[in-house]
Amino acid sequence: MAEWETIAPKNKALGWFEERLPILSLVHNVVGPGTPTPRNLNYWWNFGSLAGLMLVVQIISGIVLAMHYTPDTALAFDSVERITRDVNYGWLIRPMHANGASFFFIAVYIHILRGLYYGSYKAPREVLWMLGLVIFLLMMATAFMGYVLPWGQMSFWGATVITNLFSAIPVVGDSIVTLLWGGFSVDNPTLNRFFSLHFLLPFVILGVVILHIWAKKVSDSGNPLGIEVKSGADQIPFHPFYTIKDAFGVGVFFTIFATFIFFMPDAMGHPDNFIPADSLVTPDSIVPEWYFLPFYAILRSITFDIGIPGTDIVFIPAKLLGVIAMFASILLLFALPWLDTSKVRSARFRPVYKILFWVFVAVMVLLTIVGGKKPEGIWPVLGLLGTAYYFAHFLIFLPLLGKYEKTLPLPESISNPVIKAAE
Amino acid sequence: MSTTEHTTHDEEDAGRRDFLHVAAAGMAGVGATLAMWPFVDQMNPAADTLALATVEVDISSIGEGEAIVIKWRGKPIFIRHRTAAEIAEAEGVALSDLIDKETDGERVRGEAKWLVLVGTCTHLGCVPLGTKSGDDKGEFGGWFCPCHGSHYDTSGRIRKGPAPKNLAVPTYAFVTDTLIKIG
Repeated sequence: MAEWETIAPKNKALGWFEERLPILSLVHNVVGPGTPTPRNLNYWWNFGSLAGLMLVVQIISGIVLAMHYTPDTALAFDSVERITRDVNYGWLIRPMHANGASFFFIAVYIHILRGLYYGSYKAPREVLWMLGLVIFLLMMATAFMGYVLPWGQMSFWGATVITNLFSAIPVVGDSIVTLLWGGFSVDNPTLNRFFSLHFLLPFVILGVVILHIWAKKVSDSGNPLGIEVKSGADQIPFHPFYTIKDAFGVGVFFTIFATFIFFMPDAMGHPDNFIPADSLVTPDSIVPEWYFLPFYAILRSITFDIGIPGTDIVFIPAKLLGVIAMFASILLLFALPWLDTSKVRSARFRPVYKILFWVFVAVMVLLTIVGGKKPEGIWPVLGLLGTAYYFAHFLIFLPLLGKYEKTLPLPESISNPVIKAAE
Repeated sequence: MSTTEHTTHDEEDAGRRDFLHVAAAGMAGVGATLAMWPFVDQMNPAADTLALATVEVDISSIGEGEAIVIKWRGKPIFIRHRTAAEIAEAEGVALSDLIDKETDGERVRGEAKWLVLVGTCTHLGCVPLGTKSGDDKGEFGGWFCPCHGSHYDTSGRIRKGPAPKNLAVPTYAFVTDTLIKIG
């Protein structure tokens, strides 16, 4: 861990305050000039700060939306339409929040993939990685509940399907579902509690983000070479170098974000969510938001029971197995620092892992496509194959690679990345 | 001598203090856990939600081969007036062909032509198609759930697809021949 510098502001009042609560020193040491950072971070390192910024966008736009939204089954849909049509700048703020969720996930997915490619989860950054996963899980819960609030058909039926997942739990499943609903179906009590929790969870995320950054401060940033910092020559201060680089990334990212908000605000939404919720009519097909599709595909891919073949004895019914597979696909990532046994972090020096990484990305894209299709024809088969590959990647390939992969020689240091010929 | 006595006394005292500490912390823990219960249980159905639990339906207007959907506790209830062929089909199935083994007789409460079911798929809670004329009734002539492809027969029993159980039969009784009370 880098040394902790205290700063002494020239301004007397500020100095007086700083002595009592050294908040300027905190900023100075975490994202300021007093934060030595590897000099070789590339643009894939922009997406952490972008994700953080999207959290801020979501909190600000969300608080404003909550001033106009009514969490009541009879009024929710109309209140959201009213925001778009009548509330001053509502046409801007609502699409900003709805598309903001998507862009938050885009930033986080790229951030996670960067971590996978460069081995950012390896020692000593395991806790940093796991805190990131906690943020990811909280984001999923928050996004799911937020999607229910407009109370359209997809809101209602998405909520019905996802809460029903818990009914797969043996013995207590149905009681848990009733507890989640506050009734016997998704209804007004459900909408109210989802609104309350949707408001709460972003602040919980903010808390975990602070822990995430703290853990980053303790273990220092990784870097594309995946080797440790050897000397001051390997580092540059975070400010102004990376604040500028991050700011440039924000410009690019926000340009794309703004394109969606202004020119295609509903491109990532589902048309059925413009139909008010109807508990007696299920839409033709229920599709979650795009960022849930790979996990939805894993859920749906399991259509077989586990039991003794040829008898009626079933240990794990298909429904429960699908739910287990879906949750396991994410919880598995908590064990990743120990499943990947390779000592080399960066895929740059792992020729086989580099290929497997891109196959993994392709499989995730495939699962995303499968999750959006009706479970007919070739899609369930592809879904099952993709699911099998997903688990094989983490449970079979990574542990074996650590043993058998022949890695390339690592450079001496970040400031001297060219490998010297043996003397 | 006095030192030894003193030590013994201290040790006894320490033991007693430890016990008191553990007991007090234990009680505080139990109390804190119990105090959480109201905050969990408030999420369960409230008294007014529970009070909406019965509904009466006049079924005299449902013609043979037709079905209606009504709402009970926020859920759809299917009431189907089955044809003789549908009843025969439901009764004729061998139990060994079923996933969730129930005879048709166990699933009706009055005349065999009336079938009353909770219209939520036992997989993930979608409303299966098959009640309206023109709906896809699935491969077994009953209901078909479009969400994940579960097929139900003319008794509402699961025959094919990911759903683990038959469509549930709600608690209901015939008040008269054409009036039923659900709940």
